[in-house]
Amino acid sequence: MSGVVSVRGVDKVFGTGRERTEALRRIDLEIPQGAFVSLIGPSGCGKSTLLRLIGDLTQPSVGTIEVNGKTAHRARLDRDYGMVFQSPVLFDWRTVQRNVELPLEMTALGRTQRAARAAAMLALVELGGFERRYPWQLSGGMQQRVAIARALSFEPALILMDEPFGALDEMTRERLNLELLRIWKQTGTTIVFVTHSIPEAVFLSTQVAVMSARPGRILEVISVDLPQPRNDLTREDARYFGFITRVRERLRGHDVAPPRAAEVAASG
Amino acid sequence: MFRAARGVLSFAAVIAALGVLWEGIKLLGGDPNGAWTPPFQWTVASDLNMPHVWDIATSFVEPAQRNGPPLGLVLGDAALFTFREAFGGFVFGALLGLALAIVFVHSRLLERALVPYVVASQTVPIIAIAPVVVIWLQGGWLAVAVISAYLTFFPVTIAGLRGLRSPDPRALELMRSYAASPRSVLFKVRLPAAAPYLLAALKVAATASVVGAIIGELPSGIREGLGGAILNFNQYYVSGPPKLWAAIIVAAIVGIGFFVLVRAAEAFLMRGRVPAAET
Repeated sequence: MSGVVSVRGVDKVFGTGRERTEALRRIDLEIPQGAFVSLIGPSGCGKSTLLRLIGDLTQPSVGTIEVNGKTAHRARLDRDYGMVFQSPVLFDWRTVQRNVELPLEMTALGRTQRAARAAAMLALVELGGFERRYPWQLSGGMQQRVAIARALSFEPALILMDEPFGALDEMTRERLNLELLRIWKQTGTTIVFVTHSIPEAVFLSTQVAVMSARPGRILEVISVDLPQPRNDLTREDARYFGFITRVRERLRGHDVAPPRAAEVAASG
Repeated sequence: MFRAARGVLSFAAVIAALGVLWEGIKLLGGDPNGAWTPPFQWTVASDLNMPHVWDIATSFVEPAQRNGPPLGLVLGDAALFTFREAFGGFVFGALLGLALAIVFVHSRLLERALVPYVVASQTVPIIAIAPVVVIWLQGGWLAVAVISAYLTFFPVTIAGLRGLRSPDPRALELMRSYAASPRSVLFKVRLPAAAPYLLAALKVAATASVVGAIIGELPSGIREGLGGAILNFNQYYVSGPPKLWAAIIVAAIVGIGFFVLVRAAEAFLMRGRVPAAET
């Protein structure tokens, strides 16, 4: 099966001379259709940069990136992906519905079609009935769901999410995790998800790409073959904890000096 | 509605307090009034320099010139005339100011090249510029509007530039991910984000445009406006001090009225947005 995203031999360097920072080194990553891939690594490892590279918001220094068999640039112009950031970035002068419609306003879609699509996406994130509210009238979790509905409005083949739940409380975060999985199943979209939470990465993903500290490299892509659909019981599954430990050890192996035996026992 | 009423009431209270203060000073150091002889004699508080509040009030209904229409009507016409000039200047200035801000936000080079001159333009006193504009445009309504625009474009440019730059960088990235055209970015993100900044600047511009129009009338030989009236009553001050004060009050009313108009437009345009502190 051909990948939705195919990253080959990508380096990313910012600045020159003394300011030169090597953000990413020799990144190879294939993301198959319908996958849920998390990028995880220590802060500053370039996981957000990799996401931005896939979305053509920045360009690689070396290497190629293909999305849907096209260059990332072409894919962006074809509006092949939706983007969600840590903060919802909603426009406070637009109602919820008009926020979700915004991407569609760049297309040839008519007003009624836009409204219908927005209503469908808001129903998908369980915000039906909130169309006429303004973003500031909603809670943080609801705002982030509006941002997800907006990212879905193109019905994109690929969704790029940069720590979308990082600013939310634990309970809201767990609920939105479940919702995101439901939406992922329902739409059949492919998701690339940046997070710094190991449990979140394991719970959501079909694959977890573990990255090293700067210059960021992909140390290992761990396939998380926990049964689907995942639910609250998944979080109590012994294998779930097994994967968490595996990701954690992989991260630790490269991040810091090997821990002492006592620490391993305590954190196991 | 309730808040509006409270605003009008507090405004009236301040006016009343000013009147009381004014008459209080006259009571202490003004000219003798009937049986009362003030304890002090201050030149500034004489009937010539500070006419009684009631004399100013009654001057509105008395004829401005012998057998002419009452002063209130004369000043009303003058106020309308000046307001039209000011409004023209306001519109010119706002459009020019916004156009400059839009150019600057898209071109760092032009911004760096031109902003120093925009700033320098405001350090040249309008009194010096006005006669030159009058000579260029041969006086008339247009010259006054241009002089007024000279005062109004500046706050709009500065605030507009700031406002157009105010969107979250991620909002601009989102638009990039939608493959949005620069036009869409301008109209759907930058301008709406700049609206609160622009409206604040337009409130400054509204009052400045009235000042610009009054000053612009002076060298252009226009007698129909408030500038002409102020010049006239200033010349014949000794024969009727309250008339100049009446003209000043009307000029203030025009400025306040224009400000209130812009604020109403702001309230309308900003409905639905995060309720911000009132200004």
